[in-house]
Amino acid sequence: MDLGPVWISLKLASVTVVVLILIGTPLAWWLAFTRSRWRAIVEALVALPLVLPPTVLGFYLLILLGPAGPVGRFWVQLTGDTLTFSFLGLVIASVLYSFPFAVQPLQSAFESVGRAPLEAAATLGASPIDAFVRVASPLALRGYVTAIVLGFAHTLGEFGVVLMVGGNIPGVTKVVSIAIYEQVETLTYSQAHYLSAGLLAFSFVVLLLVYVINRRIPINRIQA
Amino acid sequence: MTTLTLNAALHLDDFSLEVDEQIPLQAITALFGASGAGKTTLLRIVSGLHREAKARIALNGEVWQDSDNGIFVPPHLRSAGYIFQDIRLFSHLTVAGNLEFGRRRAAAGDGPALEDVIRIFDLKSLLQRAPDSLSGGELQRVSIARALLRNPTLLLMDEPLSALDARRKSEILPYIEKLPERFGLPVLYVTHNVDEVARLASRIVLLSQGRVIAHGDATEVLARTDLKPLADHLDPGAVLEATVIEHRGGMATLGVGTQRLRVPGISVESGIDVRIRIQARDVALAIQQPQGLSIRNVLDARILKIEHYGEILAEVLLDVGGQQLRSSITREAAEELHLQQDIAVYALIKSVAIDVGLAG
Repeated sequence: MDLGPVWISLKLASVTVVVLILIGTPLAWWLAFTRSRWRAIVEALVALPLVLPPTVLGFYLLILLGPAGPVGRFWVQLTGDTLTFSFLGLVIASVLYSFPFAVQPLQSAFESVGRAPLEAAATLGASPIDAFVRVASPLALRGYVTAIVLGFAHTLGEFGVVLMVGGNIPGVTKVVSIAIYEQVETLTYSQAHYLSAGLLAFSFVVLLLVYVINRRIPINRIQA
Repeated sequence: MTTLTLNAALHLDDFSLEVDEQIPLQAITALFGASGAGKTTLLRIVSGLHREAKARIALNGEVWQDSDNGIFVPPHLRSAGYIFQDIRLFSHLTVAGNLEFGRRRAAAGDGPALEDVIRIFDLKSLLQRAPDSLSGGELQRVSIARALLRNPTLLLMDEPLSALDARRKSEILPYIEKLPERFGLPVLYVTHNVDEVARLASRIVLLSQGRVIAHGDATEVLARTDLKPLADHLDPGAVLEATVIEHRGGMATLGVGTQRLRVPGISVESGIDVRIRIQARDVALAIQQPQGLSIRNVLDARILKIEHYGEILAEVLLDVGGQQLRSSITREAAEELHLQQDIAVYALIKSVAIDVGLAG
C-alpha cells in the first residue's frame, strides 16, 4: 500500500498547526482585548472559511497564488517556483481554511482569562511577555489544546481547497483525502477502505483525547 | 519619609477626577471616600494600570508618569505592590507558586525573606494548596504576602477587606496593621469604611466626586465638622440630633431628648433642629452623679455595648434617650468601674461640635 499520502497529510497538518498557532495567538490576543472598531470586521473575516464553500476559497487562492496572480508572480520572480501545486501553496491554503478553528478557541480562552490576572502579574513585576508566558498561556491551556487539535484535524480532513490549489501530485500534494477520492474513482475500493478506516479511527482517537484532556485541565478561574 | 506626588486628571462623560497633592507617606495613609469618589481610579493611576489618565506621578522624586513630557513607566517597572479588592491569586499555581511568582520578580535590594513572610502570615500549612481551596481570609493573606515578596517601595491596597465577612476582617486587620512597622513599607489604603480608617490610618486623603476635599493627620481630618461626605460615613453613634432651645449670655441651650446641653453661642435660631457631633474621646464616663466639675454637660446614659479595640483602649456604646453616643476610655478604667452592659452611667461631654450645615 502507498503510504505517501499519509505522510504528506500528517506533514501538512503539523506545519499548518504550527503556523496557525504562531499567527493565531497574536491575532486572537488582539481580538480578545482590543476596543478598536475594526474588531468586528476582522472577526467576520476570520470566520469566513466556516461558511464559504471550499471551492470559493480555493478558486480565489488559485487566482492569487497562480503564476499570473499578484502573490504567485512575485513568488515566481523570487524563487523560480510556482506556489500553486506545491506543498507551500497547500500550507498557505490550509492555514487560511483552518484559521477560525484555531483563532476562535484561543480568542475565547484569552477573553475568559481576562485582564485581571495580567494586571496582577504586572504589579508583581512581570513584563507583558512574561505575564503572557507565565500567566495567560497556562490559564488559556484549554484554548490551546482545542486550537491545536481542531486545526490539525480540520487540515487532515480538507478536500476541496487542497484539490483546487494543490492538485494531485504524488509525493508532493497528494494527501489522504485526495488519494481516497482517486481510489474510488478508479474503483480500487480495498485501498480506499484502508485509508478511510485509518482516517476515521485516527480522527476519533484525536477527538477522544481532546475531550479527556479538557476534562482533566481545571476550568480556569481567577479567585474572586 | 516617602513622598508621593499625585497629580492626575481624568475626564469621562459621567465622572471627572482632578487631584494635585503631595502626600507624605508614613505608615498607613487612607484614601477615603464614598463609593464612586474615584479612590480606586486614583490607586490604579498610581500603579500605572490606568494609562488613559493625564498624570504626573512620582515617588521620592522618581518619576513614574509625566504625561506632559510623554513619560510613562509601565506598571511592572514601578515598584508599587497592589492588593486587589478581588484578590486575584493565580489559579494555575499553588500558594507556594504564587509566592514564588512575586519573589522571583523582586525589585532590586534586600526584600523580606521567604521564610519570614511565610511565618508572619501563617502560610506554612497552606503552601501546597490550590487557591481554589482557600477561604477568603487565607486568600487575602497569600496575596499580601505575594506582593511583599516582590519587595515594593509602596504598597497600594484597594479595599482589601471588603470581600470578607466580619470574622475574616478581624482576622486580617492585625496583619495589615503591622505592615509598615514590620516591613518598613508605606501603605496607601483605599476604603470607604470609617472604622478601618480610624483603626489603621495615620493620615487621611478624603476624596469626594473626584476631588480631594481634605488631607491631613487622621485625627484632625476625622474631627473636622465641615466635611459632609465624611459625616455621611460616620457611625451614628457619634452624631446626636438636638434642638436649639434658647440663647442666653453667649451660651445656647440644646435639647437632646428630654436632657439639656449648654454650648457656646451658635448662630442658629431657637427652635431649629441641629446635629451635633461628639467625638468618642471627648466623652468621659462616671458611675455616680459627678460633683465639682468644670465640665458642664452631663447626660444620663445607659451602656449598650463595650467594645475592646486594643490592648489599652475600650470603646463604649451608649444609649442617650434613644440616640447613640460613643465614649473612648481606657480598658483599665472600664474594669475598675465595673462597667458592663445595661448599667446606668453619666456621660461627661467635654466638647461638642455643631453641624450647622447639616441642620434640618
